[in-house]
Amino acid sequence: MIELRDVKKAFNQGQHNEYWALSGISLTIEARRVTALRGPSGSGKTTLLTLIGCLARPTSGRVSLHGRDISGLPERFLTEIRRKTFGFVFQQFNLIKGLSAMENVMLPAYPTGRPHRELKQRAEALLDRLRLAHRRDARVEWLSGGEQQRVAIARALINDPEVLIADEPTANLDTALAKEFMAILESFGEEGRTVILTSHDPLVVESAAVNRVVDMRDGLIVEP
Amino acid sequence: MTVWFEKQRHLIDFTLASLIRRKGRNLGLLFVYTLLVFVLASVMLYTHALRHEAAVILEGSPEVLLQRLVAGRHDLIPPGYIERIGTVRGVQQIRGRLWGYYYDSVVKANYTFMVPEDGSVAKGTLVVGPALERERGLARDNGISFRAYSGQLFSFTVAAVLPQASELASADLILMNEGDFRAFFAYPAGHYTDVALSVANPKEVRNVANKLANLLPDSRPILREEVQRTYASVFDWREGIMLALLSAAILAFSILAWEKASGLSADEKREIGILKAIGWETGDVIRMKLWEGGLISLTAFLVGFVAAYLHVFRAGSPLFEPVLKGWAVLYPRFDLVPVIDGLQVATLFFFTVFPYMAAVLVPIWRAAVTDPDAVMRA
Amino acid sequence: MSARPSTLAFLLLGSLLAAFAACFTDAVWLRAERGPELVSMRLLAAQLGLSDLALFTEARYTRHPAQADLHSGFQDHPLALEHFPSGSLMVPRYDGLVREATTPD
Ligand SMILES: Nc1ncnc2c1ncn2[C@@H]1O[C@H](COP(=O)(O)OP(=O)(O)OP(=O)(O)O)[C@@H](O)[C@H]1O
Ligand SMILES: [Mg+2]
Repeated sequence: MIELRDVKKAFNQGQHNEYWALSGISLTIEARRVTALRGPSGSGKTTLLTLIGCLARPTSGRVSLHGRDISGLPERFLTEIRRKTFGFVFQQFNLIKGLSAMENVMLPAYPTGRPHRELKQRAEALLDRLRLAHRRDARVEWLSGGEQQRVAIARALINDPEVLIADEPTANLDTALAKEFMAILESFGEEGRTVILTSHDPLVVESAAVNRVVDMRDGLIVEP
Repeated sequence: MTVWFEKQRHLIDFTLASLIRRKGRNLGLLFVYTLLVFVLASVMLYTHALRHEAAVILEGSPEVLLQRLVAGRHDLIPPGYIERIGTVRGVQQIRGRLWGYYYDSVVKANYTFMVPEDGSVAKGTLVVGPALERERGLARDNGISFRAYSGQLFSFTVAAVLPQASELASADLILMNEGDFRAFFAYPAGHYTDVALSVANPKEVRNVANKLANLLPDSRPILREEVQRTYASVFDWREGIMLALLSAAILAFSILAWEKASGLSADEKREIGILKAIGWETGDVIRMKLWEGGLISLTAFLVGFVAAYLHVFRAGSPLFEPVLKGWAVLYPRFDLVPVIDGLQVATLFFFTVFPYMAAVLVPIWRAAVTDPDAVMRA
Repeated sequence: MSARPSTLAFLLLGSLLAAFAACFTDAVWLRAERGPELVSMRLLAAQLGLSDLALFTEARYTRHPAQADLHSGFQDHPLALEHFPSGSLMVPRYDGLVREATTPD
């Protein structure tokens, strides 16, 4: 479903501090599977996720989604694809402080103009499913790490994306919470969602929920 | 359409939720902003209504007033002068006016003594203006005495008090009989203070004034339109003073508002990054910001204007009296007829709402250059 | 949950707009009520030949700005400086300035 062909990414290209974070990645990510990216710090996992998730464009090479080349599209179209196709769970969660859990969950759907009632029902259903219904009116900064993470997951799902992208989703969680997260992940696989995540955590990478592990090193994919 | 509307509502929801997060600061700003609009709108409404008031009242004033000047100063009209004016073609009615000033050291106020030429005031009586009724506690049939400039004491009884509704034109007037006037001021017989005349053809007023000036080189004709212009400019610069006084406040506020609206804190910058990463377009962020600016400035404008209206036309502009009344003791009390200039209101709207919206929009380019992928590495 | 913020904002703006509009209708109403006073003042001006408003009575040139022959301070009221901008900004020093135009009664 997502195909990367010889994708390279340079930061600060043409300047003295030019840095190639990805130096030629070719990868096919299958739909309805959970794919994990594994590799040491600085190997380019996050960079790769930003390219897959249309948050950034590759310096060279192609990224295609459903056979359509998206690497050269202008920002506007990328935003649209990003909103419709991808849901993000960031390493730092990146919730908006001062707003309630509920409001945070609904946020990505605001530009779609979907009716408020419908949005609220969907957000409630998601929070319910993640066992957070009782905290829905609490400001996110009062929530525990695990609760915040679940809010972030609910937010990623509000637009019902095909693909869920999670960067180090368990980095801030203890073992019990990480296990809980993996259980949620498993249910997504069963639902037929495509999940792409990065992790160094063996608990995640080796869990049964993960269908495929891709190893990276120095901006390249290492064959096992 | 409904999708568009729903989307705008979502954006408003979000922007309000964000504003509420910094409640103190935003409410403070809104308050100062409203106060500023209030003062500006009050000055504007007040001076405009007063200008209108003057224009209407002075429509009743004589078309031409003729003063005689001696050594560049206003002097009495000698006998025979009025007859010579009568020879000028186009002059319709001529009447010699008798009036003068009197300083009353009891209340430290100046009065204007005047003789109505219809002879409606009987000898030994006075008709007084409403401010005198108030300041000197005069009522009908009261007695009052004034010491003339000659040192002699004159006693009168008050025959009537002019209606309070006419106070803007008559607050300090004391109408008296011609004989009393001449005796009180030791005014030489046959002399007048000045001459009021009317002209048959209104288009000829300027011509007639020129002819008068030629015929009587020591005279100074004052046209009604000049008088009206004088009043328009008096209120213009009174308005100007207020605005000058306010300009420091306006400047301070502009800086504050600019700072607040256009400054993008690290937090806000991060937030915009998050919004873009989760699927908001730059345009959505701009629209959201526009709503923020629009809601704040529109609220300030409307509240400020409504409060100004109530202040000027319903409460009698208590805040302006000290500035506008000067050192006068007999200050007229009057209710302004609310004449509102739509163009002025539109100008005020433009100058209060648009700069703020613009200030809110400034950070947008920064939002536009924030790469959404920056969010991935906080 | 309480009402949506946007609902509250619309309500607030709606009532403010209504109040704004009400100012203009109130103005129409007040014009009808106070208009006759203005007309009666115009009549009085015509009848007495008034050339000025009794707004600022502190000095000759402020009482009758249209007819004044010079704009100098201290003409009539002891505290009257002048009616130009500086005069409105400065407060006169009361003690040194008090003098009587006529001998008191
Ligand atoms: N905006 C940037 N400018 C310059 N260099 C960057 C930028 N973003 C990332 N890099 C560099 O690119 C390399 C890959 O970064 P990336 O974040 O993809 O690593 P990662 O595999 O996700 O690491 P970690 O496991 O620590 O999160 C790093 O060496 C990083 O310093
Ligand atoms: Mg990373």
